[in-house]
Amino acid sequence: MTEFDSPDAPRKNRVSAPIRGAKLGPVEFLRFAWRLLTSMRTAIILLVLVAIAAIPGSIVPQRSSDPNGVSNLYSSDPDLAKLYDQFQLFDTFTSVWFSSIYLLLFVSLIGCIIPRIIHHWGVLRAAPAEAPSSWGRLTERRLEPATGGIVASLDRAERALRAKRYRVLRDGDSIAAEFGYLRETGNLVFHVALVGILATLALASGFGWNGQRVLVEGQTFTNQLSSYDTFHPGAWFAESNLQPYGLTLNSFTPTYVHDDVKDAWMPVDFTADMTVTDSTGIHDATLKVNDPLVAGGSSIYLLGNGFAPVITVTNGAGDVVFDQPVVFLSQDSNLTSVGVVKIPDGIGDGLGMQGFFYPSAVKLDSGALASNSPEPTNPTVTFNVYTGDLGLDSGASANAFQLPIDTLKQIAGRHTGVEVVLTPGDTFTLPDGLGTVTFSSLSRFVGIEIRHDATQLGVALSAFFLVAGLLAALATRRRRVWVRVSGTARNPKLEWGAMSRGDDPQLDATVNALVASARQGPNDKVATV
Amino acid sequence: MSSLENISLIATYSAMAVYTISFILFAVDLAGRAESMGKPVPTRWLRSAMATLVLGWTIHAFADITRGISAHRVPWANMYEFGLTATLVLVGVFLGLNLWRDVRYVGAFVSGFALLALGIVTVNFYVSVSPLPPALQSYWLVIHVCVAVLGTGFFATGAALSSAQLFQHAREEGKLGGRSWRFLSAFPASDALEALAYRILVIGFVFWTFTVMAGAIWAERAWGRYWGWDTKEVWSFIIWVLFAGYIHARATRGWRGRPAAVLSLVGFTAVVFNFTIVNLFFKGLHVYSGL
Ligand code: HEM
Repeated sequence: MTEFDSPDAPRKNRVSAPIRGAKLGPVEFLRFAWRLLTSMRTAIILLVLVAIAAIPGSIVPQRSSDPNGVSNLYSSDPDLAKLYDQFQLFDTFTSVWFSSIYLLLFVSLIGCIIPRIIHHWGVLRAAPAEAPSSWGRLTERRLEPATGGIVASLDRAERALRAKRYRVLRDGDSIAAEFGYLRETGNLVFHVALVGILATLALASGFGWNGQRVLVEGQTFTNQLSSYDTFHPGAWFAESNLQPYGLTLNSFTPTYVHDDVKDAWMPVDFTADMTVTDSTGIHDATLKVNDPLVAGGSSIYLLGNGFAPVITVTNGAGDVVFDQPVVFLSQDSNLTSVGVVKIPDGIGDGLGMQGFFYPSAVKLDSGALASNSPEPTNPTVTFNVYTGDLGLDSGASANAFQLPIDTLKQIAGRHTGVEVVLTPGDTFTLPDGLGTVTFSSLSRFVGIEIRHDATQLGVALSAFFLVAGLLAALATRRRRVWVRVSGTARNPKLEWGAMSRGDDPQLDATVNALVASARQGPNDKVATV
Repeated sequence: MSSLENISLIATYSAMAVYTISFILFAVDLAGRAESMGKPVPTRWLRSAMATLVLGWTIHAFADITRGISAHRVPWANMYEFGLTATLVLVGVFLGLNLWRDVRYVGAFVSGFALLALGIVTVNFYVSVSPLPPALQSYWLVIHVCVAVLGTGFFATGAALSSAQLFQHAREEGKLGGRSWRFLSAFPASDALEALAYRILVIGFVFWTFTVMAGAIWAERAWGRYWGWDTKEVWSFIIWVLFAGYIHARATRGWRGRPAAVLSLVGFTAVVFNFTIVNLFFKGLHVYSGL
């Protein structure tokens, strides 16, 4: 319904300006380009393009969410991976092409809403629009006897409209009334909130940071950079942002139940019992999945867990060269896990051990071990033991869970005829008087993530306004109602006319209710719609 | 398998049987309208079709509730349960809409779609009741999936109306003649179908907005970030943006009518894709199919 807007209203349905061939000067060209960019048609096309451009982000592994997937592809198909990388497919959502589409969309959005805000600001303070000259084109029309005289019935009509929160202008013998400014207000709030989300992400994400840490039972984490296993600072991070506190893992308790149908163990609860030490004192805290802890202005999440057998190694002279819990990464739901011990100095040329851990070891018919439950009913570690240069001094960043076994010499373990199978308390004596390996005790570890996200507040606020604006806009109908006097002096009548923007099946009933309420006076109870 | 769980499964199959009858009756009604030349009024089969649909829906609701009771939680924690509940809500949305407007003419589409979806999830994705892993133990599961299911129900009904709109449009242009399309004369005009589809899809869009937001809040608590472009997050985003595109198309001259309806169907295709292909074949944190 185009006639709803005054002629100077920003045109929503603006089609591109007429192209006047070669006569387009630079200023005109810019204006043309701007109109094109801020047209609704462009907005639709850009929205569809954003949707299409996001698809690769769900098919190709993303560096941000699945770095392992990326490196797996690099090892399985390096040519394809390089091609993907050339097109930034591993970083879809920060890629040049994705960013240009959404930035264009937001430029279009801003270019679209600013004129609308200015116009709507004017509308909000202006009087309701005058009745159209062609009364006959109005969607709804009613003719009512002006009971009790013209002035009294106009008064009642005005009161009825005001009672329904119309903005009313009474001008002599005619009334112009308008309702539903909230529709455009809500719509604008919605679109501004979208800009709010983007602006928050652009401005605040640099202040965030996150880090990961593996914590074994009994260990304490102190919040400083060197305590993190991995750390990802935002652009504006400074170490002074880390507030001092300590976090001790007292114990970690998983709970499993057996699913008889699948014949598998299912975790039903993970609870980490922690102690937090900060400026306010020492307090106990529980950390669970779905239930982060807050300390030092950041949130702490429980993201992983597993077993950490304590391994003690002595050398030929009987000196302890290694004595600490070793984190084993679980490979399946029964927590069969793998871990690596690296002792570069103090024993032979260096000692490396590749370990397998079975919480409840059973021997399969093949003779191999397997774990038949995630609970440590029969905890067992097996090792393949190697000697040689572990390559730790070369400076290359070595993967903590890999041994360069090609350059090492295996001295015990699988395929050597000397199996190393240890349960807690067991000691294995290495060949050639090299020393001993002991499975001293068993601990558990948790993987925690500590995160400070500076965008949360801004995004949450924007999201709130986004929803509020959306609901307000969609629940509101913009309606205009006019009342004028007609009929003869002896038999005066009130003529009602109304129209809505967009299709409005309720307009008929709304006008009926207004007319009925004006007939009786709004103070009498009238069934309204 | 507990006996209640069994009862629930039997009820699911019974609901499917009743839906089949209902679908046939809806189809017979449409065909009957095509037969009665120039009199595109509903046939007497329509009442029986609706009655059977209500019966099927009651059994379906019983199946869903008993599933929840036997699992001691909300019945939407894996693909089978999500499908069971989503189709229940879809049929419920359709029945509810009929109290507001007569949209029985898309009954064949809705009952057929519900039957197909319910059949697929039951035959392919059935899993017996199992406990919830810690990451799913959250009241956000209730909220997030609840609004997702509602949104899906509205999107599906909207898609039904948009497809009816497209056919009607083609017929109005004289492209679909002949006896087999005559039943379309029983449908409202294409612009009336479009107006109705729009109102329903907009409600779907609001629910989807809530779905994305509730998901973000839950992701923050479970995974430590509210948005990480996980595959499911990517697809929820795609769906949201496509329907925003649809809403704009509806408000733009030159895009109303057919292009808008096509966008709505593309959006619904993304919804279905997100639930099927993405759940089964794409990697991500949302591994909840239970398979
Ligand atoms: C970031 C991308 C955008 C999104 C997600 C978006 C989303 C939406 C939604 C959900 C609505 C319906 C809700 C309401 O009426 O308040 C809407 C309406 C509208 N949008 Fe956008 N929008 C975007 C960009 C734009 C742009 C660039 C323009 C201008 C060219 C625009 C102009 C409009 C207009 C005029 C309406 C009112 C339509 C009507 O009267 O029904 N939007 N938008």
